[in-house]
Amino acid sequence: MALLADIASWACLIAGSLFAFIGAVGIIRLPDVFTRMHGAGIVDTLGMGLILAGLMIHEGFTMVTVKLVLIVVFIFFASPTTTHALARAALNGGVTPVVDGKDAPSAKSSERTDGPSKT
Amino acid sequence: MFAAASAAILVTMALALFRAIRGPTIYDRILAVNAFGTLTVVLIAVHGFLAGRPEFLDIALVYALINFIATIAVTKYVKFSHLGHPLGEDERGDV
Repeated sequence: MALLADIASWACLIAGSLFAFIGAVGIIRLPDVFTRMHGAGIVDTLGMGLILAGLMIHEGFTMVTVKLVLIVVFIFFASPTTTHALARAALNGGVTPVVDGKDAPSAKSSERTDGPSKT
Repeated sequence: MFAAASAAILVTMALALFRAIRGPTIYDRILAVNAFGTLTVVLIAVHGFLAGRPEFLDIALVYALINFIATIAVTKYVKFSHLGHPLGEDERGDV
């Protein structure tokens, strides 16, 4: 039984590390800030969740697992809130989303417009 | 096994830091720093298990709280250029 728990814990740790790495590659390679939020979402949910789930399986039913559950629940609420606020700030701040394979728009972070341009 | 997970998290943090330094707009930098903070929380937790001292989870929990507040505060500061109450011309008042 201990061997089974160890195998499950290792599998969760490896899968979480893999998902975090994939999300970071997405943050590097995707074209604009709205698509990069997708990569950051993978890091914040699957990467973080699977790694901490692996730690929970390793630990068993103790106080440490309660703290891990608290961290997971808090980040599950905080990450979408942060991404939503950041997306609205970027949209109001003049960043236009890249659509239909066009080039990334030039960086105009200080210029405030009324909203996204309707093209 | 915890060491391998720590190494993978460190590589991921380096990639996120690359985007934070490189990012063309300020929002790319905020996004990358937010992901970097989440990875720091995970790294602190894994390091606690690696060193055999799970008390590090308290620090990880506090770091998660500070990371959320800091990201929201920086986003609001970038948009409104100060952190105070709304000036009156904007009914909604914040992000």
